[in-house]
Amino acid sequence: MDFIRNFPFFSIIICMFSGIITSVLSGKKARNLCIGAVSIVTILSACVLFYTMQTNVSFIYMMGHFPAPWGNEIRAGILEGVLATVFSLILLLSLVSAYHRTEEDIEATKLNLFYLLIDLLLSSLLAIIYTNDLFTAYVFVEINTIAACGLIMIRQKGRTFGAALRYMVMSLIGSGLFLIGLSLLYTLTGHLLMSPAKEAMAKIIATDSYHMPVLIVLVLMSIGLAIKSGLYPFHSWMPDAYSYSTASASAVLSGLVSKAYIILLIKIIYRVVGIDFIVTSKMMNVLFVFGLVGMIMGSLNAILEKDIRRMIAYSSVAQIGYIYMGIGLGVEQGYVAAVYHILHHAATKALLFISVVGLSNVSGGSKLFPDLRGAGYRHRSAGVAFAVGSFSMVGLPTLSGFISKYLFATAAMSASPKKVFLTLVVLAVSTILNAIYFIHTVVTIYTPAEEEKPEFERHHWREKPWVAFSLLLFIALNFALGVFSQPIVDLITRGLQMFG
Amino acid sequence: MGSNLLVNYESVTAVILFGIGFTNLLLQKNLIKKIIGLNIMDTAVYLLLATQGYIEGRMAPIIVNGNTDPSLYINPVPSGLVLTGIVVSVSVSALMLALTIRLYKRYHTLNLDEILRHIQKEGH
Amino acid sequence: MENFRLILLIFLVLCALFVSFSKNLLVSVVIFMSYSLIMSIIWVLLESPDLAITEAAVGAGVTSVLFFITLKRIGAIGKEHPDEQDETTKEINSRPAVKQFGKFYKGAAVTLGAAIIFALLLMVSNLPAFGDADNPYNNEVSERYLEKSIEETGAVNAVTGMILDYRAFDTFGESCVLFIAAACVLILLRDDKTDTTAKAIQDEKFEPVSDTILQTSAKILFPAILMFGIYILVNGHLSPGGGFSGGAIMGAGLILHVNAFGYKKTQRFFNEKTYKRVTVCALSFYCIAKSYSFFTGANHLESHIPLGNAGDIISSGLILPLNICVGLVVACTMYAFYTLFKKGGM
Repeated sequence: MDFIRNFPFFSIIICMFSGIITSVLSGKKARNLCIGAVSIVTILSACVLFYTMQTNVSFIYMMGHFPAPWGNEIRAGILEGVLATVFSLILLLSLVSAYHRTEEDIEATKLNLFYLLIDLLLSSLLAIIYTNDLFTAYVFVEINTIAACGLIMIRQKGRTFGAALRYMVMSLIGSGLFLIGLSLLYTLTGHLLMSPAKEAMAKIIATDSYHMPVLIVLVLMSIGLAIKSGLYPFHSWMPDAYSYSTASASAVLSGLVSKAYIILLIKIIYRVVGIDFIVTSKMMNVLFVFGLVGMIMGSLNAILEKDIRRMIAYSSVAQIGYIYMGIGLGVEQGYVAAVYHILHHAATKALLFISVVGLSNVSGGSKLFPDLRGAGYRHRSAGVAFAVGSFSMVGLPTLSGFISKYLFATAAMSASPKKVFLTLVVLAVSTILNAIYFIHTVVTIYTPAEEEKPEFERHHWREKPWVAFSLLLFIALNFALGVFSQPIVDLITRGLQMFG
Repeated sequence: MGSNLLVNYESVTAVILFGIGFTNLLLQKNLIKKIIGLNIMDTAVYLLLATQGYIEGRMAPIIVNGNTDPSLYINPVPSGLVLTGIVVSVSVSALMLALTIRLYKRYHTLNLDEILRHIQKEGH
Repeated sequence: MENFRLILLIFLVLCALFVSFSKNLLVSVVIFMSYSLIMSIIWVLLESPDLAITEAAVGAGVTSVLFFITLKRIGAIGKEHPDEQDETTKEINSRPAVKQFGKFYKGAAVTLGAAIIFALLLMVSNLPAFGDADNPYNNEVSERYLEKSIEETGAVNAVTGMILDYRAFDTFGESCVLFIAAACVLILLRDDKTDTTAKAIQDEKFEPVSDTILQTSAKILFPAILMFGIYILVNGHLSPGGGFSGGAIMGAGLILHVNAFGYKKTQRFFNEKTYKRVTVCALSFYCIAKSYSFFTGANHLESHIPLGNAGDIISSGLILPLNICVGLVVACTMYAFYTLFKKGGM
């Protein structure tokens, strides 16, 4: 066996181990350890990606001495490699580019706990991406939820506590539905590992003996995961959670945490139930409708917002809607588009949240539009980064947002005629709405301020070169996703085929 | 409806408990009762799982006198899963209760609506 | 037996309903505690003693203690209507629009709950019959856990063998859930005052009243509870129980000690430093040991860990040390929860 096959396991265990050690370290040491661990994980994940690209088959890694269906196992293919690499890279960049903010926002005595949460969050993300076992997925979903709750409230303000409370209540409802779905699935199939469960599932579907129960199980699990990932109308915690937590935390929360549940849902659809059953049963239409409503309502709320971070948070609601619309289309291209959109949104939203912090820092800490006038001149690197992120969200060509919208539109073409019409109309409307608020914001930050207020300060990139550098890398990532879209889409398609 | 509704009365109870817990989690305004609702919902799922493992007339999965004939014992898998689940739900309850204490210290109320209104009033 | 089970199930539903409609929070918590106890009896009847012990120790024991301490901390004990609304809420709630929305929300929530119950009932009525040996989940997976448990893991208790060897990754994740929850509670409740005199006064406030009856009984009970916890812990691979239940019992013993003798005496042998050291060492050992076994397993290497003689205390390879680690982590975490809830420090 090639040594590289150990890397997925190594990356999970490195995160967990550094998380455990972090609890006895001081804040600064904890930060260094955490950044080191995340960098190592990024490199390992990239190795996994290249390895699977070369061999072109997925591989199974036993967690222990017992093969499936007795022991736990993890599995890595191209898609897992892509997701792990991009996620850990984005986590790394969000940590580095705002760590001075993190240290201002969080009490010094609790700083190591922040990095502990980040470490365990990454380990749970990786475990959800790699796992081939449903119950392992449940346990790590819970770790992910608790870590996210911790990240929201570690900046101790009334708003963040309220947001954490709402988030927990929503998440727990979701977890409950997911868990009961999971236990009923076990009752039907007798397996918890995905591959044997799929075989048992195929037999059940072929004999048609449990058609109704299978459908109910699927509905329970997908609604549970949809609630957890904040699909409209279960989004009420999002604006406060994203806009009052510390910058790195909001970048990670909006970019990665809510995506983990969607990835798990796609995994269940492909690896447990089988895509054919999904396409014929039409049960994903519910997600399709909620996705469409979310796309419009999220954007409308964003237009009404006066606070720039809340505006971006509401835009996240719309983007989650996009992803569920792609899943709900019920065609394979829809899933490719959804996965691509996950990558695009993770990269762009993290960039936006990080750059907004730079902009509001030079505007006396205010997040309101009138105060942000001219912020793009005062903090040039953040201004450019925000503009690029906004254009990507709107869908300007050569940027990743354009490709994802194009993929959604082409995917819709192979769906049923009613869906084609609905998808195209809603896509167009939502793009216009996106353009209204994002372009308006970019124009605002590049309109010179009417008067120089005393709290305004100028920021030169040489003061904090690492911030400028990581913003640059974020921008590069956005362009890379847009320019090299064809190879990336190919990778996703191949990865999804490996899933089946 | 299928034919096994009355045979599976244990599962039926579990389902009813799940519904009660779920509705409590949604409807109760009082945080403590919300958390109790959450616990009821979780234990209902565990009851459902444990019921699935039971086989009439067999023993607990602890091997007696080295007799490893599987037809003597019940299914050990659900027990293992529920053990994991119980620890997860106690962790979550502790976290929720800690949040409740913190919010009560700040706003002197357990009513979710009031807490959220105080937070809105506080501004940024 | 079947009738007895039926009665218990009816009690469960009644308890759940009473909890939902009771106006007094203390009453709710007490009824919830009895709900947990009934649940653990049902699990005994369902031949799952591992679950019964854990539910009694963790669900009925530690969770209820946490509920009580929360009520005490927020002063809700003794109040008749702790969820009484303040004036503004009453005023807002009496507005017609709000009233209507409240009604709508209630209706929607109840309908949703009823819909879920109905869907699940539909599901349950289609499920295979209760207690039947031919059900789909009684397959080669559970058979191997029973047949080969002694041979492959050395554990007489098949449940322990399953969670600590066959499916050990899940269990490691579960310990991490506990660890991360403790970290979050620390974030929320730890008081980081640097002012030592203020802290000393604060600590004085939380010292329990010296109570002769409590102290005398605690003198007898504390060693007994600790011994019982350790017994359950180290026999995890032979009899029902294991790390989680044993650890929770030991944690309960520590909580009793603190209540009877005060923080000063407990801090002599257990303070925040001990907590950190013990949890970090135990979890690191767990992490390293399991990494070793995952790595050797996946690469098809011999693990060289002797399984010993099945039925002996020192047997079954890594399971005994792992159980001890889990037990230590759980005991420390339960105690930490308690003190953090009570006074925001250790």
